[in-house]
Amino acid sequence: MKKKKDTFINMVVSLFAITIIAGFSLGYVNDITAGPKAKAKLEQKVNALRLVLPTFDNNPVDDIQLIKSDKVKDSVEIYPAYLNNEFVGAAVIGTTDKGFSGLIKIMVGFKPNGAIQNIAVLEQKETPGLGTKMKGEKFLKQFRNMNPSKFNLKVKNDGGEVDALTGATITARAFGDAAQMAFDEFIKYSDSLIESKN
Amino acid sequence: MVESINQKQNFLKGIVKDNPVFVMLLGMCPTLGVTSSAFNGLGMGVATMFVLLMSNIVVSLIKSQVPSKVRIPAFIIIIASFVTIVEMVLEAFIPFLYEQLGIFIPLIVVNCLILGRAEAFASKNNLISSIIDALGMGVGFVIALTALGAAREILGSGSLFEFKFVSEDANTFILFILPPGAFIALAYITVLFNKISIKNN
Repeated sequence: MKKKKDTFINMVVSLFAITIIAGFSLGYVNDITAGPKAKAKLEQKVNALRLVLPTFDNNPVDDIQLIKSDKVKDSVEIYPAYLNNEFVGAAVIGTTDKGFSGLIKIMVGFKPNGAIQNIAVLEQKETPGLGTKMKGEKFLKQFRNMNPSKFNLKVKNDGGEVDALTGATITARAFGDAAQMAFDEFIKYSDSLIESKN
Repeated sequence: MVESINQKQNFLKGIVKDNPVFVMLLGMCPTLGVTSSAFNGLGMGVATMFVLLMSNIVVSLIKSQVPSKVRIPAFIIIIASFVTIVEMVLEAFIPFLYEQLGIFIPLIVVNCLILGRAEAFASKNNLISSIIDALGMGVGFVIALTALGAAREILGSGSLFEFKFVSEDANTFILFILPPGAFIALAYITVLFNKISIKNN
């Protein structure tokens, strides 16, 4: 086959054809991946909820409460959990941008009395090997069953009770900050959460 | 003649003689950016290899239909489309890897390895040779990224493919999972690779 000449028409036609084909194939792939993409995202959220909440039988994602707060730009997400129509706890998304590399997003599960059930890290960009150790069992276990109204969520250097991570004090500090924010929101709204189901 | 390329040599050149990372030094951005663990290196390598293969196939098929003055924009559109497809598929089916590789997936578009092979090889050779070339270069790239990722992971976190062989608290060379470690590790592996390949010739 002979190579096409560099005429204006040839150039326009060939680029036009390529972009049209590319556009249609991208649209097609987008259509077939849109479903699985949303499902993967939801699954990730549900897995995190299972991890941080006590046993529940409702669908917290459906019962989500979005609460406007002056501390964060977006609204705060609260996922209440019920077992046999009784309030057993709630998961609150805590965020902070004081991490070593900016945003840290965690999900904190609270029991009805305010004690922490468990914490899951949702998003972070901390230094691999240092700050990322906040996802480790060793760091997270010190928060379990602690009630932030008595347990100071600041690191020990700042007069709190949290054992910081070696070489990543800033990360640990930000983590405590996000957890504190989640706790504040939980306390503010826990009464309304208990009532809302009854 | 172009048609009489020895396909075995065509395949092997991408792995040893013209290895994209250690010899041609192409595609350095993902090489340095995502190789903080062996698994990340492998995932990035395979994603790049897929894009390279598809772009070589398409470029080789349409080479006679594209006027040479607009060939670069044409190639870039083809490459960008395949990268976007890879990105959507990863997000839908391997969300874990999608999160790990992050911004480096869309950046495959500007990986000079892919445009380089489209321009230097696929636009001048037939379909079969282009496929073999893409496979060779792709395998070379995967091997390089996995080796670099493995070296950095072993030194930096004391593990390989997430399998830890030191205790949780052990002090490792954290430098190697940080950006400067990428340069240091890449330099030493490149020296080693070239020394061995020169010796064997």
